[in-house]
Amino acid sequence: MNAPFFKFGFFGTEVSLIFAFIIGIVFGFALERGGFGNARILAAQFYFTDMRVLKVMFTAIVTAMLGVYYLTWIGWLDLSLVYFSDTYILPQALGGFILGVGFVIGGYCPGTSVVSFATGRYDGLIFILGVMFGIFVFGLIFPSITEFYYSTYMGKVTLPAWLNMSYGAVVFLVVVMALGAFAAAEWGEKKMAAKKGGSK
Amino acid sequence: MTTILSLFSKKINLEITVIEAKPYSNPYLVGFGLGLVLLAAFVIMGRGLGASGAMSSVVAVTVEKAAPDYASENSFFETYLGDGTSSPLKDWLVFEVLGVLVGGFISGLLAGRIKRTVEKGPRISTALRLVFAFAGGSLMGFGAMLARGCTSGQALTGGALLNLGSWIFMLMVFAGAYATAYFVRRQWI
Repeated sequence: MNAPFFKFGFFGTEVSLIFAFIIGIVFGFALERGGFGNARILAAQFYFTDMRVLKVMFTAIVTAMLGVYYLTWIGWLDLSLVYFSDTYILPQALGGFILGVGFVIGGYCPGTSVVSFATGRYDGLIFILGVMFGIFVFGLIFPSITEFYYSTYMGKVTLPAWLNMSYGAVVFLVVVMALGAFAAAEWGEKKMAAKKGGSK
Repeated sequence: MTTILSLFSKKINLEITVIEAKPYSNPYLVGFGLGLVLLAAFVIMGRGLGASGAMSSVVAVTVEKAAPDYASENSFFETYLGDGTSSPLKDWLVFEVLGVLVGGFISGLLAGRIKRTVEKGPRISTALRLVFAFAGGSLMGFGAMLARGCTSGQALTGGALLNLGSWIFMLMVFAGAYATAYFVRRQWI
């Protein structure tokens, strides 16, 4: 089997849009199931009362990562044809920090705000308008921050390449880290619940 | 006849009370499902998921409608507008996000979780919550552009592909959120 199918020309751009829509439907369905259409559930992550964001995100990352690793290993998937963005250390670090601040202030991220809006939440709709406004402002000032935007460029670099370790070793480390994070999350939630119960 | 009708209405009432919001699913199960969707995107398309990119396309098209000359001169908006041979909205991420809208609605409908409301803690007014939603969204949009993606495009997609920039991004998202959480706690708890 030759994957990614699109890159091997199994279908064209028009059909790829149908796949986009179907993949989006399952993506949106899963996000809603997880409670991610609700800003209070998402924000609870940052007060240690409900660690769903961490659990869902890391389970998803580990699942897809193991799938990619396995499919590459049996030769079905050509990983070099799977796109990921170049690394620009400082802009991505600062962008991530700003995004995190926006996350706890606004209560959503772009994907979850769409689910929130779809299930009737007005704050989700306002959040989406905010995201578009932020993008608009970014575009306006882009000419003056272009230099920073392209600074600390490292090209396409993966953790295995950067750490000078084998792909499998990094996959193993990420799995161990995720399991540790899950254990800590379960423990932390119990602690917070006990604290809440005790203060009443 | 009236008895039958009243019986019927009783049955309807009963059904309405049965449709209550179901609890959210097990997070590990949801994460596994989400991971499989992401893997499907890798295998079928050779790319991951996204969200903010679709919103950038909408913004770029709006700017182009309002000020075409400006949009084509600005190197940021211009990248989203393409060469003009097809609509910039005929884009993979735009269709994917339309799917997210539909999928979210279907799931919410099946679980009885569609509700016209504003999500907030008990100690903040609705108006102020909406101001926070707009402000947070603005920061999110700006940050996502600087980082080349948001939680979907960078954290999930790049995270699973072990992209160095994505992992730095992800750590900084949590750092930024935890650093700010204390100051906006009245909005949530």
